[in-house]
Amino acid sequence: MMTVSSLVALPVAVPLVGAGLTLAFSRRPRIQRLITVVVLTVVLVVAVALLVATNANGIIVTSVGGWGAPIGIPLVVDRLSALMLLVSSLVILCVLLYSLAQGVADGDEGAPLAIYHPTYLVLAAGVANAFLSGDLFNIYVGFEMLLAASFVLLTLGGTRERIRAGTIYVVVSLLSSLLFLTAIALIYAATGTVNLAQLAERLQEIDPGIRLLLEGVLLIAFLIKAAVFPLSAWLPDSYPTAPAPVTAVFAGLLTKVGVYAMIRTQTLLFPGGELRDLLMVAALATMVVGILGAVAQSDIKRLLSFTLVSHIGFMVFGLALSSRAGLSAAIFYVVHHITVQTALFLVVGLIERRGGTTSLDRLGSLARYTPLLAVLFFVPAMNLAGIPPMSGFLGKVGLLQAGLVDGRPLSWALVVGGLVTSLLTLYAVAKAWNKAFWQDAPAPLPQVRTPRGMVAPTAVLVAVGVAVAAVAGPLYRYTDLAADSLRAREPYISAVLASQPGRGPVDDLAVAVDGAIP
Amino acid sequence: VTETSPSLVLVLLVGALFGTGVYLLLERSLSRVLVGVTLVGNGANLLLLLAGGAAGAPPLVGVGTDQHMADPLPQALVLTAIVITLGLSAFLLAMAFRSWQLQGHDEVQDDLEDRRIARRVARGDLVPQELDDIGATLAQEAVEVRDETVHGEAREDLRAALEESGLLAGQGPPPRGPLHPGPHHPLPLSAPDEDGRR
Repeated sequence: MMTVSSLVALPVAVPLVGAGLTLAFSRRPRIQRLITVVVLTVVLVVAVALLVATNANGIIVTSVGGWGAPIGIPLVVDRLSALMLLVSSLVILCVLLYSLAQGVADGDEGAPLAIYHPTYLVLAAGVANAFLSGDLFNIYVGFEMLLAASFVLLTLGGTRERIRAGTIYVVVSLLSSLLFLTAIALIYAATGTVNLAQLAERLQEIDPGIRLLLEGVLLIAFLIKAAVFPLSAWLPDSYPTAPAPVTAVFAGLLTKVGVYAMIRTQTLLFPGGELRDLLMVAALATMVVGILGAVAQSDIKRLLSFTLVSHIGFMVFGLALSSRAGLSAAIFYVVHHITVQTALFLVVGLIERRGGTTSLDRLGSLARYTPLLAVLFFVPAMNLAGIPPMSGFLGKVGLLQAGLVDGRPLSWALVVGGLVTSLLTLYAVAKAWNKAFWQDAPAPLPQVRTPRGMVAPTAVLVAVGVAVAAVAGPLYRYTDLAADSLRAREPYISAVLASQPGRGPVDDLAVAVDGAIP
Repeated sequence: VTETSPSLVLVLLVGALFGTGVYLLLERSLSRVLVGVTLVGNGANLLLLLAGGAAGAPPLVGVGTDQHMADPLPQALVLTAIVITLGLSAFLLAMAFRSWQLQGHDEVQDDLEDRRIARRVARGDLVPQELDDIGATLAQEAVEVRDETVHGEAREDLRAALEESGLLAGQGPPPRGPLHPGPHHPLPLSAPDEDGRR
């Protein structure tokens, strides 16, 4: 048991050490690549071990530095965070391999991208920290790590276009971070703690009006990060200009970190559900407005960015239902959507290489030139739209079922909205497929080969997306248990607060701090 | 009983910092946005510090009595937050500089969809209407407001297309309200190329 709990810190610590090492070897691209691959593989293995251990033995808690629960920073793995960690480390590794192959193919192993590896590893550490942290302020630190890394990755090379798009992204992200920080300050003023487990207890004792205010401020910060309408306009403007692998990893993970933070805080800290209806309306608007935006696009990257926004609405829907079935389906949908959306953006990167553009008006005939690419796009595209045997269909069915069980008029509206969104998604991706692969190319395509090293990680992610459907039964059982644990709250709280009290000074300090706070 | 309510002056200061910061965040120039971010950031940090209650004795075990100790946790949190805000502000500053290097100004871009609509107006696909309270048409604004998505000759083409279609004729320049800051950002003497070298 001791060994398992010491594993918990590795997904954060190992990438940070790796980032330092790659920075030290910034003139040796081969060593940099080796370090990054090894580090991310280690994280993936650790994530698998944590998932297995959590599923068998329940919640694992590590007190960082040996400081006991309410004072120190706990890292907590429950079923939800273990699953998120596993999927994210898989995606991060695949995208890294893709970008390595792209770098080798372009021959730009040299100087300006020496910062790519350290930044990418910091991003991985930030994502893991946000998933594992049992402390609200530490979640903020995780967010800042991944945001700072994403700023650098989005503006790589500092071209005119990227600076232009990066400006919006950076300012909006900073604003949401400052809101998050403000929320933390207000919560601390009201309760005297930032430990999630302790907050879960103390927030129930304060004035309901103040609690609602705190919930609102925190939620707005997360809604910006998760790109939920009407706070979503920044996303389709900023993501498409980044390099293909960067867009892929952003699209797959960054908004989902926001969704995860919402699921965690809403279920653990604010179980009363006062803002459920607001979330439902936001979810409906996100789905419909997002997909209408996608239908109007003529560039695949922008189109997919809009579908990304739109499908965030499905996850928020599941969260807003906050029933067992709703939460379980939302978690399932997060897993499905991370893999599928990342795979699609990687395929678009391949399309851009092969066709020289991502504009649907100038692409064509790709199905004849590269049948493999056509399949690689078709499978996740249909998966996203929710065609029956695939995971997108299963996730949507779970959500719609949960909505019908809920039975209120607003849930019915969301079920209808979800169906319309699925149909329009199908229309949007079918249009993209027809134009890019089926129509005759308006101009002859450039003669370039797509490197195998880039195709292989893409194929792996596409296959994972399909495999999610194959293991849907066990996965749904797992997410059901995760939802149960989230709704019960008690396992999380008692696991954190009962963790090792730590060494001597901790007890003294605990007394002192308790004395200082009324 | 210890005094835990924070000083009113500091609370008002937090409000003032947030207010001025938000006002600056709504500006178009990135350097003003940066000042806005810094002000809001300082406001948030001060708020975090106030969350710990009134000032007290140093929080060292064995020095003074426990009752009059300051709460050390907000101070630790504020230190972390200050470092983070500093780093990100530095990044924003670098971006503002890079933007100035590349384009001669550091204004935040227009929305791409808005730009697309303006271009459709210029081509005559859409009928422009009186859109805003200062009475400028979309077509006039399309020319008047700086368009970062179109450079050099393309921009002149847009103006020519608009004049040709008669959308600009006879109405004179639109009034220079706060919506039309005008070209008060001096261009660098020689236009830098794409990589920022002169």
